Amino acid sequence: MENKWAIETENLKRSFGHIDALNGINLKVPYGDFLTIFGPNGAGKTTLIKILSNLIYPSSGKAIIHGDDLSKSGDAIRSKIGLISHNTFSYNNLTPYENLKFYGKLHGLPNLENRIEELLKEVDLFQRSQDPVRTFSRGMQQRLAIARAMLNNPSIIFLDEPYTGLDQHATKILTGILKKLHTTQNTIIMTTHNLKQGLEVSDEVIIMASGKIVFQKPALEIILDEFEQIYFDCVEKQK
Amino acid sequence: MKKYFKDVSAIIWKDILSEFRTREMFSSMFLLAVLILIIFTFSIDLSKVKSLDVAPGILWVSFVFAGTIGLNRSFLNEQENDCLLGMMVTPMDRSAIYVGKMIGNFIFMTIMEIFLIPVFVVFFNLSFQYIIEICLITFMGTLGFVALGTLMSAMSASFKTREIMLPILLYPLIVPVVIASVKATGALLHGRSLESVMTWLKLLMVFDIIFLIASFIIFEYIIEE
Repeated sequence: MENKWAIETENLKRSFGHIDALNGINLKVPYGDFLTIFGPNGAGKTTLIKILSNLIYPSSGKAIIHGDDLSKSGDAIRSKIGLISHNTFSYNNLTPYENLKFYGKLHGLPNLENRIEELLKEVDLFQRSQDPVRTFSRGMQQRLAIARAMLNNPSIIFLDEPYTGLDQHATKILTGILKKLHTTQNTIIMTTHNLKQGLEVSDEVIIMASGKIVFQKPALEIILDEFEQIYFDCVEKQK
Repeated sequence: MKKYFKDVSAIIWKDILSEFRTREMFSSMFLLAVLILIIFTFSIDLSKVKSLDVAPGILWVSFVFAGTIGLNRSFLNEQENDCLLGMMVTPMDRSAIYVGKMIGNFIFMTIMEIFLIPVFVVFFNLSFQYIIEICLITFMGTLGFVALGTLMSAMSASFKTREIMLPILLYPLIVPVVIASVKATGALLHGRSLESVMTWLKLLMVFDIIFLIASFIIFEYIIEE
């Protein structure tokens, strides 16, 4: 029988010296779900995303992605992942085309030229494809980051505070792209501080505090005004 | 294996293209190296000291200091916008990052040396008689320097004081390579044959192999932590 869960973690822990960044995370995310993780700074959101993206190893516990153990099949799992962070992973002296070509080569993708053109058109950067990234606004760089993360047609997309530093226009474009990605059966996990934006796009929400999941509920069952109070109560309790 | 070489060449291509756009690294490396040669040429009284006795040391001091500038820039570019994480999230063998960056650093340093050696020969009034042998020593010394230097550059890149940390980490360990290179260069400049410097060449070869293998193995753990 095929595994129901796209992502499954079992008592996931991670320490940095004497600081416990993750304190036993048990998470089950179904295929095609959009999960948003809220939490204050230092709650462990980024550490969780980094472990699930195979960027760092957990101190203990287990993570299964698409039925594969992350500790054993890192390369195979990374080929299915797209990661968008508040840092864009773009080389400022290269053009968007060259940036995407570089990452496309590392993914071992065939027909790169067509794929790059298609993606640059999708994020509305095709006209600027030969300009160096250093001349781009923050919003444009973030759109390039979205194109980079979509290069390999990932079935799992991690977004670590993608709205950071974006203006209203860029925020609207990003939300539109996220909604579009969600309709194509991708499993998406996003961390954000913005309760409204997070609730607007997700199926399920989680609140993390002190390296633990302290609240989990389907987004449809949550009202924004109440959620703000729930959020502050959860965070206060963990202090 | 084919994918591995493609990844390595993609990293080299990216580094060369990025440097070609700015020429920041090469120009600062070459300028510092020439400045070091000029300062030493004018500060040493060549009527009391034989230029052949001091020239090899000065040459390698300029290589090492200029090379350190290049190594410092190497992973700084990867820290910018967290590009190193961008590479790490692709399905590549992470040791390919080390190999690609190391070859890139080697190419930049070799280009700098190609321009610097004629300046050195003119400044110290030397002959080009043993230029091929000196190039061989330069090749081996540079390989050892960048093999370890690339690893140390990756280690120090995450420190706020990276410009200070890199020399502190690198120089004590690179001493055997520098001594062997200086001694071998000096012997050749004094007119001795390549056979007479074989001991130094063997020492260089051993350190090159040790630094290459150790750095290749350790690199993945360093960037993950």
